[in-house]
Amino acid sequence: MSDLNRRGWLRAAGLGLSGLWLSACDRVNESPAATAVLSSAEGLTRRVQRLATDRKALAREFSPADISPDFRANGSTSVADADYLQHQANGFADWKLVVDGLVERPLALSLADLRSAPGRSQITRHDCVEGWSSIGKWTGASLGPILDRAGLKPNARYLVFHCADTLGPDPVRDGYYESIDLIDAYHPQTLLAYAMNEEPLPVKHGAPVRLRVERQLGYKHAKYVMRIEAVESFDQIRGGKGGFWEDRGYEWYAGI
Amino acid sequence: MRSKVLYKRHSGVVRVTHWINVLALSLLLMSGLQIFNAHPALYWGAKSTFSRPWITMGAADARGRPVGVTVVAGEAFVTTGVLGYSKGEVRGFPSWATIPSYRDLASGRRWHFFFAWLFVINGLVYLAWGVLSGHFREDLFPTRQQLAIKSLWREVVHHARFRFAKGEEARVYNVLQKLSYLPMVLLLLPLMLLTGLSMSPGFNAAAPWLVELFGGRQSARTVHFISAGLIVLFTLVHVAMVVASGTWNNLRSMITGKYAIEPEKEAAE
Repeated sequence: MSDLNRRGWLRAAGLGLSGLWLSACDRVNESPAATAVLSSAEGLTRRVQRLATDRKALAREFSPADISPDFRANGSTSVADADYLQHQANGFADWKLVVDGLVERPLALSLADLRSAPGRSQITRHDCVEGWSSIGKWTGASLGPILDRAGLKPNARYLVFHCADTLGPDPVRDGYYESIDLIDAYHPQTLLAYAMNEEPLPVKHGAPVRLRVERQLGYKHAKYVMRIEAVESFDQIRGGKGGFWEDRGYEWYAGI
Repeated sequence: MRSKVLYKRHSGVVRVTHWINVLALSLLLMSGLQIFNAHPALYWGAKSTFSRPWITMGAADARGRPVGVTVVAGEAFVTTGVLGYSKGEVRGFPSWATIPSYRDLASGRRWHFFFAWLFVINGLVYLAWGVLSGHFREDLFPTRQQLAIKSLWREVVHHARFRFAKGEEARVYNVLQKLSYLPMVLLLLPLMLLTGLSMSPGFNAAAPWLVELFGGRQSARTVHFISAGLIVLFTLVHVAMVVASGTWNNLRSMITGKYAIEPEKEAAE
């Protein structure tokens, strides 16, 4: 075999092998059994992280000088729902946040109620699953005291956040939602944020209220929150994975 | 013709962990590029300065035709077909470099974190064994003699001429091997894990000092990317040297452990 021939042959073999390898990877990626194996690491990561770290630890808070002038708005940046648009036109004056499900006293809270509820301001880093980070100042009502006011029933284990936005054509199937457990719900930095960088929360960032659940990736910070439902399990809600992106393959535990 | 002598070059632990590492690092690299493609830009500091990334890949319009453009530190390069735009699609790295080949961040993350565990467990076994067995001390740390300028220079000249050690000398790693393997296993590979962990917001809250060590989360993402690039560079040189110094002999030694050496002239004649 001449040198040139051999090189051509090697090149073809190399291309063939890498092609095989890639299509094998794609095929593995589409097999439910392989996905289950790959996902098993997710449980391991969650358990190890929870073993090794304190879930009550605070996310770092930054100084005003660190605030991003270009905080990116991702996911939905507006809402098509007619009710929501009416509230938006009205400055959310008649808007009420519903807290129901497994609670003793269901609540309907206006923005004024939230503003007068115990709360705090925090300058934190928002980490999108895509890889970028922005720093913003959030002001909101602490979630814990609101839950205490509603009185969680003993079997309540998770909070489901129902949102006004949709990320797709189907208003039911593509409606945004998220869920967190009670440890995150009672974390001191978990807020129902109504202000960002000292201004009322802009629509593109989730007006009138978005969840801030620091120490987790961006998609957990549900925007346009309309209703908080206390549940025992989210198995029967929508895709059963506890959130819009979770139903589409992302981790419910969004700590990495 | 001089007869060759086979001797045991690599222990079982080195061979097994080596090949597991090949698998894990390949899949980590390709799934990592999938993750990178979700936001093909890098920054320094805690936050993204979207108008001033130090590297970004994207598409631009060149007289009605899309071209891939990679901007590094303000310098723009046309990289159509590889970076920014390939196979009719706007994407950072091309489909042949990512797992899965199509855009799917959720899957990329699943692969990445699965093989990250394999990489970590494999690495811990290797490091623990390397310390306990004396492998690092005996085989990987350069001797004082090897580090002498004269001997270093001699080794560089030999490598540049593709002349490799024969006979008894070939039984041990030469100084350039040691000086590239050691930083790889003790510095660069652990750095991949640490910068990776630094991107976890959950881990940041529990151990804030780590991400600060790298200068913030976006710096950690940048260092993760650069370190991955250095590992690719190492691998290219490594494979080139394997081929140059005897593909089959090297491959056999990493599979069966046996490496053939030609006895020195004095002994053979």
